[in-house]
Amino acid sequence: MTDSHDGKFGRYGGQYVPEALMPAIEELREAYERYVLDGADDFPTELRDRLADFGGRPTPLQYAEALSDRYDTNVYLKREDLLHGGAHKLNNALGQVLLAKYMGKDRIIAETGAGQHGTATAMAAAHLGMPCEVYMGETDMERQRPNVQRMRLNGATVTPVTTGRGTLKEAISETMRDWASNVEDTHYVIGSIVGPDPFPEMVRDFQSIIGEEAREQIREKTGGLPDSVVACAGGGSNTMGAFHEFRDDCAEPRSADDSSGQRPRDHVDLIAVEAGGSSLEVDEERGVAPNSATLSTGDEGVLHGARTKLLQDADGQILESHSVSAGLDYSGVGPELAHLVDTGRVQAANVDDDDALEAFHRVSRLEGIIPALETAHAFAYLEAHPDALGETTIVNVSGRGDKDLETVIEQTRDRDLDAAAALDDPTEGAEGER
Amino acid sequence: MSLDGVFDEPAFVPYLVAGDPDRESSKAYVEALAEGGADVIELGLPFSEPIAEGPTIQSAIVRALQAGMTPDRYFTFVEELDIDVPVVCMTYYNLLYQYGDSDGPRSFVERAAEAGIAGFVVPDLPAEEAGPLREACDEFGLDLIFIVAPTTTDDRLATMREVTSGYVYVQARLGVTGARDDVSDQTGATLARVADWPVPKAVGFGIKTREHARDIVAGGADGIIVGSALVDIVARGASEDRSIDTVAQEVREKAAALKAGAIDGGRDRVDSTTD
Repeated sequence: MTDSHDGKFGRYGGQYVPEALMPAIEELREAYERYVLDGADDFPTELRDRLADFGGRPTPLQYAEALSDRYDTNVYLKREDLLHGGAHKLNNALGQVLLAKYMGKDRIIAETGAGQHGTATAMAAAHLGMPCEVYMGETDMERQRPNVQRMRLNGATVTPVTTGRGTLKEAISETMRDWASNVEDTHYVIGSIVGPDPFPEMVRDFQSIIGEEAREQIREKTGGLPDSVVACAGGGSNTMGAFHEFRDDCAEPRSADDSSGQRPRDHVDLIAVEAGGSSLEVDEERGVAPNSATLSTGDEGVLHGARTKLLQDADGQILESHSVSAGLDYSGVGPELAHLVDTGRVQAANVDDDDALEAFHRVSRLEGIIPALETAHAFAYLEAHPDALGETTIVNVSGRGDKDLETVIEQTRDRDLDAAAALDDPTEGAEGER
Repeated sequence: MSLDGVFDEPAFVPYLVAGDPDRESSKAYVEALAEGGADVIELGLPFSEPIAEGPTIQSAIVRALQAGMTPDRYFTFVEELDIDVPVVCMTYYNLLYQYGDSDGPRSFVERAAEAGIAGFVVPDLPAEEAGPLREACDEFGLDLIFIVAPTTTDDRLATMREVTSGYVYVQARLGVTGARDDVSDQTGATLARVADWPVPKAVGFGIKTREHARDIVAGGADGIIVGSALVDIVARGASEDRSIDTVAQEVREKAAALKAGAIDGGRDRVDSTTD
């Protein structure tokens, strides 16, 4: 483990929670150290076996021919969309629900934004026979209906959260309240590398199997390491999952004035792509950031149990964030990712809603893969910065886009994007002309 | 104004959110608390993500934020109150942390001291992370009150004892804030664990009636903290569009009943010890 022995990542992290929760997170840290880090009772073996047999790991690292041609580089896709449930979220959900079982807890709660984490937690809870309640903002329930149904089919109770704008930020606050009331028998499965210690470190560990496999797979396929790894970042769990195993591959960032054009040997650029939303400007009057670009534009503060970068106004009130992708729509970000950006190991970038939507269509058409809208942000980065990728790049396909179809079709038409033409049945137009 | 001597008799410590539902009404309601017998007023400075609060106080916070409450307006609000009762600021750490320049919570504490605030309760700041705030409170002579929960471990109790001043807030039950119909039996056990602390013990979470107040004080508390039961009155006033005077009168009566309950409890305790 690096940087995180005391629950801190540089100046970020910590445990800023109500007193009633302190014993629960202390108990969790002990259990995490005992079962996950020290491997007591063969926990890691059971988790690996379940991830393989129930989850479908390892996921492939696929060479993307069309994208490679388009960007004149070698693009490889880490196919977390092929994991059971259709997103990387299962790695963490299964890990935490199994850990809760080892700890003797008998109830699981979770919050969800896009619904992918809620779905993964509901699946893991059903798989391991634990009752599960998932809090979800009303707005998100509306825009992610298929996932709400999936959670219910797996036996979870989905509880709408009506406060604020009804998105992930409010759902997290509500789940923390439930946890504070039922802390003795309940485990809160946090869905990203956010929250109080040990969550950021533990969730990263559960997700780092993505990078672990990708590193081995790219070596097998190319004989070396990639020049860059690109992942989308909301809270940052797929991001850190993809990056963690590459963290020591040239820990020093390339110097900005390096004019030789030569990449240092074994240097892997780690690029976190955030949601630029409709604008990076903040409307302080309305308390709204029309983006979720926390790493690019946020300021240090304390939210949901950790010190990290946040979208906030001058007084410290948390701003409502925005992204066309519900899964990236969060006003905070994982403390470790904030630290790695501050120290130059990870580059933060952002793309706007329109570019992400165009990328969603482009990748679907070119590669036959319908990516999650979250992942589409990472693909939009390739289009905008093909020169930054090096000779070999890995894109973490964090999840599949079935859940986003309704949003994408509606938004593509509303925004009158180029891709809108492709949504219309060409034969209809042809008929009309005859 | 300091907290010295406040707990000489069983104390009534009410809580309202500053600016709920608007500045003018809120001022009248806080003053009504003082007229009703408040010994210390915990005055909430609203934060957008109040993770320790139940639905009643959360809604009050939303109303106050929508009405435009900010940290600077909060300090002016406190300065303009016509009361002779110490005010403790209850809020979340991000607001203290962000105030002024990037010198941590010091600017906030300095401004609070200037406004006459006696101390702070910060529910999401654990004792382990409290160093900079404790230091600033010491510099400006303010108290820093910590919350002890039924689940607090012995190790953490020892840490909290070191940094708590003014009084200790004993959380009567697990969970978030909110009025309940019964008094938890967790209270007595938690009170016993802090019995030898050199600060008064005030019990909060779920206290609603005069009888609850009496029972809690008779059970050994030096004071009672009541939030949601009072915020409920303000909320009803806001939703039913009743006059400020009517709502203030109800707040005053409720405060008087709770204070009387605390005094009753003190008497019961004295009686039982002299039997």
